[in-house]
Order: sequence, then C-alpha cells, then structure tokens
Amino acid sequence: MTTTSTVAKAGPSPEGPAETNVRRSPRRIDPTYYWMVVPVLALFAFFITLPALVGVFFSLTNYAGYGDWKFIGLSNYVNIFRDPAILQSYIFTFVFALTTTVVVNIVALAIALGLNAKIKWRTGIRTVFFIPMVLSALVVSFVFNYLFSNTLPVLAERFGLTPLATSILANENLAWLAIVLVTVWQAAPGATIIYLAGLQSVPAEVYEAADVDGAGSFRQFLSLTLPLILGYLVINVILGFKGFLGTYEIIVGLTGGGPGMATQSVAMRIFSGFTGGDYSYQMANAVIYFLITLLISVIQLRLIQRRGVSL
Amino acid sequence: MTASQLPQRSARVLTKRVSGREGFKINWWLTALMLVASLTVLLPLYFTVAMALKTPDQIGTGTGLAWPNPLNWENFAAAYVATNFPRAFMSTAFVTVFSVLGSLACSSLVAYAIARNWNHRFFRGAFVYLLSAMFIPFPVIILPLIKQTALLGLDNPAGVVFLHVLGGISFNALLYIAFVRSIPVELEESARMDGATTWQVFRKIIFPLLAPMNATVGIFAFLGSWNDFLLPQMMIADPALQTLPVVQMLFQGEFNTNYSLAFASYLMAMAPTLVVYILAQRWVLSGVMRGAVK
Repeated sequence: MTTTSTVAKAGPSPEGPAETNVRRSPRRIDPTYYWMVVPVLALFAFFITLPALVGVFFSLTNYAGYGDWKFIGLSNYVNIFRDPAILQSYIFTFVFALTTTVVVNIVALAIALGLNAKIKWRTGIRTVFFIPMVLSALVVSFVFNYLFSNTLPVLAERFGLTPLATSILANENLAWLAIVLVTVWQAAPGATIIYLAGLQSVPAEVYEAADVDGAGSFRQFLSLTLPLILGYLVINVILGFKGFLGTYEIIVGLTGGGPGMATQSVAMRIFSGFTGGDYSYQMANAVIYFLITLLISVIQLRLIQRRGVSL
Repeated sequence: MTASQLPQRSARVLTKRVSGREGFKINWWLTALMLVASLTVLLPLYFTVAMALKTPDQIGTGTGLAWPNPLNWENFAAAYVATNFPRAFMSTAFVTVFSVLGSLACSSLVAYAIARNWNHRFFRGAFVYLLSAMFIPFPVIILPLIKQTALLGLDNPAGVVFLHVLGGISFNALLYIAFVRSIPVELEESARMDGATTWQVFRKIIFPLLAPMNATVGIFAFLGSWNDFLLPQMMIADPALQTLPVVQMLFQGEFNTNYSLAFASYLMAMAPTLVVYILAQRWVLSGVMRGAVK
C-alpha cells in the first residue's frame, strides 16, 4: 500500500522540474536525448513511412513491378470497384473476420470465466489453454490441414456421416469454417488474457453484495460481470477484428486461398501483386485496405475514449 | 518495481475473494468441464507427436490418432537432414536474438528520451509519429518495402531483424513510456550530481529498473520473431537462409509424400517456443498480462 501511494505521488513529479527547465531555456536539452531518438526515427521513416508513400505514389501509375510506367490517375481505384475477384476477397475477409471475432470472444470469455472460478488444478489448466499462443500459426495450420483432409473424413465414414466424408478444405462452401476454427484455436488465448485482466479488476464487494441480494450466478454474470468488463470486450472485439482482416498465414497453411478463389483474403490478393504483374493495381487495393483499417482505428479510439479504458 | 508485483498481487486477492465467497468449495463440475475443454488444445498436440513417431505404413489410411507401436524415432533424424534443420534453426535464432535485443535497446532508449522530455515539442512529435505505425498494417507497405530492401542488399535475415524492431517500436515504446513515468526523477538527479552522463544514467539506473517491462517486450519480441512467417517469406531471397516456419512451407511438396517426416519436422519447429513457455510460463504469462492490460 505504501509503495503504491509513493509512486502515485511521484508520478506527476517528472513534469515539474522538466517544465521549469523548459521555461528557463527552451533549447537547452541534453543532446544525448536527441541521439537516443533521431537514429531510430530516421530508420523508421526510411523503412516504414517511405514504403507507404512509395506505395501510394505507384498506385496512381500503371507500373507492373518491372519496366516502364506512366501516370494513369485514379483508374486503378475505379477498376478495383468493378473487379469481382477483389470484391469477392473483401466479402470473404469481412465475413470471416466478423464470424471469427464473435466466436473468439465467446470462447475466450468462457475460458476466462472458467479459469477465474474456483476450480482444481487451475495453474495446470491455464498452462494448457495458453499453449496455442506460443506456436507458429503456419505450422499449426499444417497440422490441422491433415486433420481436416485425412482424419476427419475417415472418422466421418466410420460413423456414416457422408457429408463430411470428403475433406471440408476441398468444399467451396465449408472451407472458410475450417479457417475460422483454426484462427479461433490460435487467437483465443490472447483474448482470454485480456478478459482475465478485466475479471480481476472487478472488486469482490460487488459480488458479495449480489450474494446478499440473492442473485444467481447467471444473473450476476449478466447484470454485474458483463457491464463491468465491457471496456475489455470493446478492446478485444476491435483489436481482434482488425487483426483478422489481415489474415494470411492460416489460410496459406489450410487452403492456399482455394478451392478456386473461395478463401482468398485481401492480404493474399495484395501479396499476389508481387508476382502477378499487377503491382500498381494491388497497391491501390492496399491503399483502400489501409483506409478501411484506419476507419476502424478511429472508431476504436472513439469508443475507448468514451469508455475511459486506456490502451 | 510495483508494477511487477501487481499481477501476482491481484491474483492473490482474486483467490482470496473467490474462496471467501464459495467457502473453499471447489467447483468439480466446472473443473471437469475445463478439463474436457482443454482437450481441444491437447488433442492436436498429441496427434502431432503420434504422427511424428509413425512409419508411413503405420499411418496408412487410418485416422492417424492411434499411438504407434513400435515407436519410430528415425523420423526426427530424417527430417533433421531433409530440411537442413541446423541451418534453418540458426537462421531463426539469429533473427530472434537480434530482434529481441534490438527491440529492448531501441524501444527503451526512445521511450526514455521521450518520457523525460515530454514538454518539448520535438519529442512529443516523435512520439505521435512513431505511434502512426500502429495504424499501418504490414500488407499495405510490404510490396514497396521488399523492393527497397532488395535494392539495399537487405533481402536476408538482417533485413528481417530491422523490420521486426521497427515494426514493434510503437507498441513497445508505449509500454516503456508508461513505465518510465513511474520512475521518480530524483533517482537520476543524485547520479547526475555525481557527474554521471545521460547515457550512464540510462544504462546504470533506468534500464535495470525497467526489468519487468524488458521481460514483457522481450517475450513479445521472441514469440513474434520466432513464429513470423510473412516477413521472412517475403523478404529473404535465398531459400538456404529461410527461417523454420518458412522451411515447413518450402518442403510441403516433399512432405506430401511422407507425412511422418512432415510431422517430425513440424514438431521440431514448434518445440523451442513450447519448451521456453513450459519452463518459464510464470514469467511469460505475467509478462503478457502486463502487455495486455496496457
């Protein structure tokens, strides 16, 4: 208790002396501080900002990735809105991201509630649930690939479930569900951790009061727990959705974008510009993708500010 | 210092609360449910191990779920040779070690300079500028980036290190800045009285005090680099220098005819992070938790 209060008191103090220092002579900052920041800023500008600007520039040209090019204005952008393959990839990506976000959050909240309750062998069970977080998504997808295309059909045949007797990865309408499943497997632990942090922030007295009032556990969850951890839910939903929009590895490991182009995500489309000879076209696609994620980030900041949750 | 104790403390408070409420009664139904649910994680892992220990004949046309008898350990040796495991391992280790060290050094230095000069316009501007990376997804910059790194001769693991460090800097600096602010300036001032330079203050006083955040940033950087597929796949031109996840991809053609070899190779690619996690799980979980709450 004493340590926390001293830290809390010491918290604002860095600004005190610094402020007087600045007022006395605005330019007299130890040059060492510049040496700490400027090289990193320069590298950052060169490796992150410059490619972004170059990309926007080439999205206005007809550059194929090699050879000559000339300006063609916004034609790439106009063509993208008329391209059924691109539209299909956006529809797939959005449906996939929405579904996955919903399922991940339900699963993660359930696991967090379970881990937060009075269960035996809590540490051991927690260890197991967080394992997917440390594994390579691609390698995990290769393992699941075999399960979906070999193990599941054999099992289905044994139990007489003919619809599942062929690999669902080869089924145009079902393959995306396999991708959702593996993504949930991989992403649930990360969301669970945020929910656990949220559940631990709920003070015990709240539950004691509810116990006295005779509220059942389901009622407690709906009327107490859920509203109190709503901020964490907002963070999970938005971070998750933004991440799932960029999905790539798991699709590579499971379907490679197939069958046909049924499971090709926006990110995969963009990367195809590297070998497909439509470099500038895919750069325009990337700019549109960036604007969409930017819009989501703005919504995220708005919601978080309103909820008063720091991120 | 205090922040490092927080997760453990809140965890203790939590146990007290629940046990107080339920009167030390263990919920056995829920325990059983959680055990069954944990099979969703354990079964694919068991399956990977079982497959890695089979001969192609034992796999046959079965489900692959049966435990093999006799165990076939030769798969690991075969996969070790076929994928040139030591080379891929060294390449991955190179990328990971330097990404972790680079992330720790760059992010903490930048965060320290920014947090201590918050009132200065330049440093506040630098902070906002670095944060902008959080809004630029990698797919957006990747095509021009690859052309650029290839032009500079950085189409190798060293280039990947640069991008891992710079790509993570906004999130890491955010974590560090909050932590540096909780360190009282008085600690530095007495050292400065004794003639210490800003570098010395950082190295001798600030960096050691950042230990809990170093753990968090280090863990994120370790897992992110070791398991990364996108950047090595796109950036590293020479297949001989590829990292473990990409190697699994490159050998798919060969693996499709020999699944036991494939699973032995998968298991060897998964093992390092899994072992580190099991051995250091208390640090890993509290470290990740600290990152998640921020």
